[in-house]
Amino acid sequence: MIEIKELHKYFGALHVLKGIDLNVKKGEVLSIIGASGSGKSTLLYCINGLEAIQKGEVKVDGVSVHDKGTDLNKLRTKMGMVFQQWNSFPHLSALENVALAPRIVKGKSKSESREIARAQLEHVGLNDKIDVYPSALSGGQQQRLAIARALAMEPEYMLFDEATSALDPELVGEVLDTMRLLAEEGMTMICVTHEMGFARDVSDRVAYFHEGVMEEIGPPEQIFGKPESAHTAKFLANVR
Amino acid sequence: MNFDYTFHWRPVIRKLPELLEASLVTLQISVLSMIIGIGIGLVLALLRMGGPKYLSWIATAWVETARNTPALFQLFFFSFGLGAFGLHLTPYFIVLAGLSFNNAGYLAENFRGGFQAVPDTQMRAARSLGMSATQAYTRIIIPQVFRIVYHPMTNQLVWAVLMSSLAMIVGFRELAGETQAQAFKTFRIFEYFAVTALIYYVMVKMILGISRLLSWRLFRY
Amino acid sequence: MNDSIAFFSGFGPKDLWILAQAAWQTLLISALSISGGTVVGIFFGWILSESKVVGAITIGFILDAFRSIPLIIQLVLFYNLFNVIGLAVSPFMAGVIILGVYTSALVASVARGGIESVGTPMRRAGRSLGLSYFQTMRHVVWPIGLRAVFPSWVGVALGVLKDSALVSVLGHPELLKVARDLITRTQQPLLVLAVAGAFYFALSFPISRYAAHLERKWQS
Repeated sequence: MIEIKELHKYFGALHVLKGIDLNVKKGEVLSIIGASGSGKSTLLYCINGLEAIQKGEVKVDGVSVHDKGTDLNKLRTKMGMVFQQWNSFPHLSALENVALAPRIVKGKSKSESREIARAQLEHVGLNDKIDVYPSALSGGQQQRLAIARALAMEPEYMLFDEATSALDPELVGEVLDTMRLLAEEGMTMICVTHEMGFARDVSDRVAYFHEGVMEEIGPPEQIFGKPESAHTAKFLANVR
Repeated sequence: MNFDYTFHWRPVIRKLPELLEASLVTLQISVLSMIIGIGIGLVLALLRMGGPKYLSWIATAWVETARNTPALFQLFFFSFGLGAFGLHLTPYFIVLAGLSFNNAGYLAENFRGGFQAVPDTQMRAARSLGMSATQAYTRIIIPQVFRIVYHPMTNQLVWAVLMSSLAMIVGFRELAGETQAQAFKTFRIFEYFAVTALIYYVMVKMILGISRLLSWRLFRY
Repeated sequence: MNDSIAFFSGFGPKDLWILAQAAWQTLLISALSISGGTVVGIFFGWILSESKVVGAITIGFILDAFRSIPLIIQLVLFYNLFNVIGLAVSPFMAGVIILGVYTSALVASVARGGIESVGTPMRRAGRSLGLSYFQTMRHVVWPIGLRAVFPSWVGVALGVLKDSALVSVLGHPELLKVARDLITRTQQPLLVLAVAGAFYFALSFPISRYAAHLERKWQS
């Protein structure tokens, strides 16, 4: 379970997150929507410990992320993260991209980590691209590679940071399908997204962020059907 | 214009083994100065990108001196300049120190450019997989920087070979120094330097060729 | 006390003047070989860009050799060649000629890059407006290509300024040769080297600053 209490985040004088309270249960799929600059992506970075926080607490399975004593590298293996810019490692083949972390972080043997990588590449439908370097993959394929790379660490949570925003429109579908597949398999997911269709169909809950505040959270029917906040209603009216 | 000079190539051919042996000394000192230069250059680059203020100032001074004064000037510093402190290096170490100093300064700038060319997001992606900072550097960042600086590094090695000929002036007998010593013994200056020019040309082409072959093996992406 | 005064009196104001004159020689050699080498180099670069095959195997090969052989070897080699063929050339002239040819080899590859950076479509556009080949060169390729490679050319010029120190092997009293002689006389290597270094800095710093200024002006 991910527990976020009274979380404040500043970039210098800029107050990006203004007291976020949020719990995500095992098996839940949460979508976070909102305008750019509303702090959605920053929240993911704070959960993962890639950004420091100024106030409040983030706990993952009871372990406080921003405690000095916490072994962040170990904690991060529980949380896979997929970025907007897919960030595949250009000097490694698809298989090596996926196999590297299980080997050097989890200490698995070379053959074992390659087996894991093969299985995960198949999982995301890239079994025919094993020896290909990222430069020869399309954006959608690279993003699926990034998902496979995160899954190879056998994470309990997956964090998606606008995973489809940088893709050409015709490539969005294949990545969303992969994310849907994970949701169906019961993965706990937090998805920062601009894909309203995905948020409505796949999520258990949807949260709307507005200027660093979580304006509203609830089941998709509530958010998309009869939003309580005027901000939410206005935002949804604009994106439709 | 009176042309009454006859070329005598035989004495040069007879001394060819000595010249070739000296060219190995040239290669050896150039490669060694590159290895030292890479080590120091990496440190200088990291210091300039975010070291303590006074250390980064020293790194900047090093880089600017190496790049903005003649290599021969730098060599003089290591011969006469250190002499002022009572430190008298042998000609070999004067040349090695001078070349390494120059290489480090130029390579530092290449490395700095290389590090800046790898996006920050690569670091984030690596850390998000649970890699430590060291793992992320050695497995993800440095290999990419290496590829970016590979060709500049090859050029610097060529430059080091060419620059090592300055050893002639401080009396170290690598290829140029040996050539000078032999040439002034026999007064066949033109012939000796012509053959040596050819040897340098072949050495440079060999380095470039090997570097290209290696790059095919090293970089498959 | 008296000892230290005697020691430091080795390097006097007069020596500063001697070094300044030597710096003037360095500037003279560099300016002449850079300007001559640039004109010739641009011409070579133009040939290289226009006739890829013939150009590459003739002057391309020769220019590449100049870049692959240490300058100091070239200086000794050609200075002696001038003597061998009975051409009476002063070390100064020999230095300027050899450094100029060396510069032209470096400039040729820069110029070629500049000309080729102006793509065929842009030249076609020029020709389609009815400009002649040389008009296109003058009004399209030259201004665009010049800006593209100007920083590289400044790099070459600064490099040649530094390389001019090697003319000292021919015995011409340029900055570093004079500095070395002064070190022998005064036994104050650090001071002499510092002054010589300052002169090199004073010669190259204005060039790189002016170049940076020009680049900024062109960008805006």
